[in-house]
Amino acid sequence: MAMNRIADTTNAVEVHGVVKHYGETKALDGVDLAVPQGTVMGVLGPNGAGKTTLVRVLSTLIRPDAGSAFVAGYDVLRQPRQLRRVIGLTGQYASVDEALSGRENLYMIGRLLDLSRRAARLRADELLERFSLTEAAGRAAKGYSGGMRRRLDLAASMIGAPRVLYLDEPTTGLDPRTRNEVWDEVQRMVGDGTTVLLTTQYMEEAENLAESVTVIDRGRVIAGGSIAELKAKVGGRTLHVRPVVVAELPSMAQALDEYGVHGATADQAAGLLSVPIADDGQLTSVVRALGAGGFGIAHMDTHLPSLDEVFLAVTGQRAGGTDPTDPTDPADPTDPAGTKIEEFAA
Amino acid sequence: MSAITLSPVERPDDAEGRIGLRANLRHIGALARRNLMQIKADPESMFDALLMPIIFTLLFVYVFGGAVSGSQHEYIQYMIPGLMAMMGMNIAMSVGSGINSDFKTGVMDRFRTMPIARSSVLVAKVVVEMGRMMVATTILLAMAFVLGLDVRTTPLHLLAAVALALAFGASLVWTSMLLGLAVNSPQAVQGIGMLVLMPLQFGSSIFAPTSTMPGWLESFTKINPLSNLADACRNLVNGGPVAHSVWITLAWSIGITAVTAPLAVMRFRKKT
Repeated sequence: MAMNRIADTTNAVEVHGVVKHYGETKALDGVDLAVPQGTVMGVLGPNGAGKTTLVRVLSTLIRPDAGSAFVAGYDVLRQPRQLRRVIGLTGQYASVDEALSGRENLYMIGRLLDLSRRAARLRADELLERFSLTEAAGRAAKGYSGGMRRRLDLAASMIGAPRVLYLDEPTTGLDPRTRNEVWDEVQRMVGDGTTVLLTTQYMEEAENLAESVTVIDRGRVIAGGSIAELKAKVGGRTLHVRPVVVAELPSMAQALDEYGVHGATADQAAGLLSVPIADDGQLTSVVRALGAGGFGIAHMDTHLPSLDEVFLAVTGQRAGGTDPTDPTDPADPTDPAGTKIEEFAA
Repeated sequence: MSAITLSPVERPDDAEGRIGLRANLRHIGALARRNLMQIKADPESMFDALLMPIIFTLLFVYVFGGAVSGSQHEYIQYMIPGLMAMMGMNIAMSVGSGINSDFKTGVMDRFRTMPIARSSVLVAKVVVEMGRMMVATTILLAMAFVLGLDVRTTPLHLLAAVALALAFGASLVWTSMLLGLAVNSPQAVQGIGMLVLMPLQFGSSIFAPTSTMPGWLESFTKINPLSNLADACRNLVNGGPVAHSVWITLAWSIGITAVTAPLAVMRFRKKT
């Protein structure tokens, strides 16, 4: 590889104090991030948190106002050309040419990456097969389903065997089956040694793919660490129980408490009983306790914490350590995380 | 997904990241190929190049011919070289809105994150648009010959007229792309394009001699580069002094390109 690359960097991506403002909007407000080589970093945050802006800075599409960032040892500001040789980008919107067939899209990208005609054709066919697109290879991409397009997009990002791959909300808008296909493929890329920076709004996606996560909000990192560390902060799963008779909710919570399962909350409006679950044994205990009390259960299932809950937990925890007079502080405890996320989406 | 193993990718690696001329030409070729395949996928996008010369020729020759020049044949000699001048402008119109819609998809982001010169995407567009202009000019001339156009100079003069029109057309392609990259929607590109197109086309010597126009309009037609181009083409076909109008047209072509091409590349780099 290139000689002027920092030879034995252990972080494939390093971000130091990156700032990007659009007028009053602070899209990135001093972000620090490090992604060790060969790992998957999940960047978790609601709409408008700055995830896409970060990816655009790291892929040389926009220049940061302040701070520095390195990818595979290359400076995003000073070595954009070298940097572009080692990255792949799959955005939220499939970046393929809809008028071209799947094969032609991949062939074109191979040629743009300086593969010979023969090598570009070979590589296109291999990737089409790997992504199960061989049958559709000759058809225009505009006729592809959402999942096929996303797979073609991933294949396009793989043509140059990038060392660092950015996946910007790769499964937003996909059905569960297609989402699983994309996940499988991402895991294989990581197996091949690619470093992945993944942005997502789904805790579940981060948990499935990433070793570590960085939670960002309003352009700032508000939490970071391994998935296990984050879960320790946020709590594990929650069991939702929908009773046959909603009026029984309070007595159900009481019955659980007496049985030794604590912390259950009854939501009369939603008709739901929420029980924090620390281990699988507790599930059995809940069923036993409710059965013994003679309560009818219409439905029950377990949930990983949602992004809202992660935010509530993370921002709540930081509340003590931050300046309470700063009205823009994301850790403001008087602002429930749920409404904040609503604001961003609007 | 199948468990196919990928063969290793051999890519020439340049420590400086500089893009050599050969690589640049290869990139432009690959991108021009993409533009050609887009036309193949949407043949209607060629209607302007294929039908406009036919419709314009028939319309103007038979509507204005008798009134302006007294006879259709004389008007063909007058107007067809003017239409040659106009083809480039009409063809260039569509490229701006096209590039604007391109940005609505993610494909431009992909190009901009690849190790290619950022100008290559735009240069590839110019190459393909020049091809479309040649198609339109060929149809125009075929049509004109059927209606009785008489080249009173030499075929070489005719070719020179075509080449001059193409050079000016190329500068308009850059202008149209700059417009397409500067405004927000493809509709706005078309709206603004029409606003510029109509006065330039009709406030020129393309369709009628300017001597009957009021003074202010005649002054405008004199500085209108389309008039110069039309005069140059006309005299290259019919005989007459050409040096002055040819030089002025070349100066306009080079001047417009020198200003709009770098601006378009800069906008392409920064457009979000």
